[in-house]
Amino acid sequence: MFAYVVRRVLATIPVMGVVALFVFSLLYLAPGDPAAIIAGDLATADDILRIRAKLGLDEPFLVRFWTWLWAVLHGDLGISIFTNLPVTRLIGQRVEPTLALTLSTLLVAVIVAVPMGVLAAWKAGRWQDRAVMAFAVIGFSVPIFVLAYLLIFGLSLGLDLLPVQGYASIRDGFGPFIQHLILPSVALGITYMALIARITRASMLDVLSQDYIRTAQAKGLAADKVLIGHALKNAAVPIVTVIGIGVGLLISGVVVTETVFAIPGIGRLTVDAILRRDYPIIQGVILIFSAAYVLVNLLVDLSYTLLDPRIRY
Amino acid sequence: MKPTFLSVLKLAAVAAVAVAFLPSGAAAQKTLKFIPEADLRILDPIWTTAYITRNHGYMVYDTLFAIDEHFKVQPQMADRYTVSPDGLLYTITLRDGLKFHDGQPVRSADCIASLERWAKRDGFGQKTAEMIVEMKPVDDKTFSIRLKQPYPLLIESIGKLSSNVPFIMPERIAKTDADKQITEAIGSGPFKFVKDEWVPGNKAVYVKNTDYVPRKEPPSWAAGGKVVKVDRVEWVYIPDAATAAAAITAGEVDMWQQLPPDLVPLLQRSKDVVVANVDPLGSMGILRFNHLQPPFNNPKMRQAVLQMVDQKEYMAGVAGDPKNWKTCFSYYTCGTPLASEMGADMLKGSRDLAKAKQLVKEAGYNGEKVVVMDATDQPIVHSQALITTELLRKLGLNVDLQASDWGTLITRRASKEPVEKNGWSIFHTWFVGPDLTNPALSLPLRGAGQASWFGWPTDEKIEQLRNAWFTAPDADAQVKYAHELQEEAFQSVPYVPTGQFIIPSAYRKNLKGVIVAPVAFLWNIEKN
Repeated sequence: MFAYVVRRVLATIPVMGVVALFVFSLLYLAPGDPAAIIAGDLATADDILRIRAKLGLDEPFLVRFWTWLWAVLHGDLGISIFTNLPVTRLIGQRVEPTLALTLSTLLVAVIVAVPMGVLAAWKAGRWQDRAVMAFAVIGFSVPIFVLAYLLIFGLSLGLDLLPVQGYASIRDGFGPFIQHLILPSVALGITYMALIARITRASMLDVLSQDYIRTAQAKGLAADKVLIGHALKNAAVPIVTVIGIGVGLLISGVVVTETVFAIPGIGRLTVDAILRRDYPIIQGVILIFSAAYVLVNLLVDLSYTLLDPRIRY
Repeated sequence: MKPTFLSVLKLAAVAAVAVAFLPSGAAAQKTLKFIPEADLRILDPIWTTAYITRNHGYMVYDTLFAIDEHFKVQPQMADRYTVSPDGLLYTITLRDGLKFHDGQPVRSADCIASLERWAKRDGFGQKTAEMIVEMKPVDDKTFSIRLKQPYPLLIESIGKLSSNVPFIMPERIAKTDADKQITEAIGSGPFKFVKDEWVPGNKAVYVKNTDYVPRKEPPSWAAGGKVVKVDRVEWVYIPDAATAAAAITAGEVDMWQQLPPDLVPLLQRSKDVVVANVDPLGSMGILRFNHLQPPFNNPKMRQAVLQMVDQKEYMAGVAGDPKNWKTCFSYYTCGTPLASEMGADMLKGSRDLAKAKQLVKEAGYNGEKVVVMDATDQPIVHSQALITTELLRKLGLNVDLQASDWGTLITRRASKEPVEKNGWSIFHTWFVGPDLTNPALSLPLRGAGQASWFGWPTDEKIEQLRNAWFTAPDADAQVKYAHELQEEAFQSVPYVPTGQFIIPSAYRKNLKGVIVAPVAFLWNIEKN
């Protein structure tokens, strides 16, 4: 097991290297010049050339890539071209809101969607099943930003229950913290819930048709024990896999959610950096997202051993 | 009834939830929450011309002189100044009690260093620097400026309203290389910047500078008393317009600097929000040609477009409601002293397609491709690009509308190559009113060829008249040269003015004292 974990961690190094090269190349090829944006609309072409030289943007690709990579290997993600602040500081400012949003979404989605999927499988073909499937179809179909606006206009402006936008740190109190997270979590989580509910249902249906479930029912075991103790435990591996894969879905959804709800998270930092061609931030954020995704997949793989004793590494 | 363990537990849970959802104990201080026009990313108002950084500058720094609502230059940090009889020596004395945010007094040396750094970056500043022999301190509160020749625009230049504004910084900061961005924001202005709370892309925080000594006069644009009536100002950047509209409606923010036209009716229906024009000069749309490449290297082609531009169409596309725009047949911002319609016949008369086609024919147009650059993420640019494309098609030109984002457009516009090599023929943008009020400030109104702003028009007469304006002996002569320059511009057409528009602001009804000015000044605002 330990050897497996070490092997997997070591395997992330070339993955991250490829990601780094890929991102750097894409940004190098992308049109747009941060020097022009920095200089402002009233700047002359000479101003832009001067700023470009100051920022080292006139260096050849390989020189720039090596300079950046060398700094990254020393734990330095560079300095934002625009704000002149270290990228690590800028990302550090944004980690808490994004982490709070994704974790709350993950938590709510799993707590709501897994029982929905179990219920749908248990009552397959009946109205409960259809209701869950209808929810899943809607969840997949409604874009995050549309749902976000509907929630804002319904619950914030209409009923004045929750704040429209922004983020309150947990240091400002638990109440404001939760209040600011409810709408974004629901908006972000709906697609995720739909996905988990559908996969849970499909996986449960498969397990519920197995002989050992029939045997358990024939023995007179209570329905909840059959469902939770026998069926769900055996259906858990694909569900956990989807939860892990869905983190990628969450990461992309975070960008939209943070923009609509004006949450100062990493998603918005990324969008703003892309629009301004703030290369060090884009590169830093994508590296961190990639690392997070690799880590989540590793955790998912390791969780299999807990869920299914037959799986050993 | 004896309370059971369960009932106590329930009570405790209810109490905990109630406490948790109570508003956090915000201090009693008054905080103005303001949605600015853009996100503050750069702190150095000399290093960039970005308007958002200029506005940040006005919060933190002060200026020696400032323009008031009557376009008069008034002393601001300066208490008084004298001019020698030969007009070659200006002596400026500072007001008492001026102090930087780090507690140090403002000295002559700080002013000189700040003006020197500004003059290295700003166009008007560079011209002013050419006229100066030396600046030197007389004492800590007084310094002198010796000129090569009489230069009546000296005080006007150092009282410049818009980017780059000659803000006064401590000497140790102002000594920074003008090409290097300063990272501190230590001024002597009415607000102090709280750098620890600055989250680029989200929030910038300012607190009242309690040491600031405002002038006694009432506020008037950048001049007069800058009396701060709130304890704290938070610039909250909300990128999504619909969310911003919901936030001001719900009272989560107090003021929104620039409303998109489509959201104006929505906010006008809100009983707690005032939608108003707080910018008396607004902005001017422009259609800029590439003068280096065919077909617009030919003045007749540019005149043909001038003949076709209908400002009403452009402005309806840019600003919608006619209350928010007007035609302006002048190269100088309408509503300012130099604005006039002299020479504007080709722009203001009835649109004449036949005449425009005749000009195209006389130009010998041979089907060369015309590339119109469009930035779809900038509504003001996008709508102008669409209208121009349609207009050029009517003229029978071979038009290619090329869409991108603003970041790409402003990079590509630096290209002097032909369109086949990723060059361009036309782009659109807009300037705030103060930036086009005279020949010194107007960047696109030049004829200096490669030294001109993007588009690089060459027109020696424009340059001669501009130079004559700088050294004009009096105001009448300045007006004469400025008008002659405009007449020449309507012949050589460095660009086409597409109209004047305002972007309305919105603020909650509990705000009083919002200053009507071309820049968003946040002093004098009371929050009840």
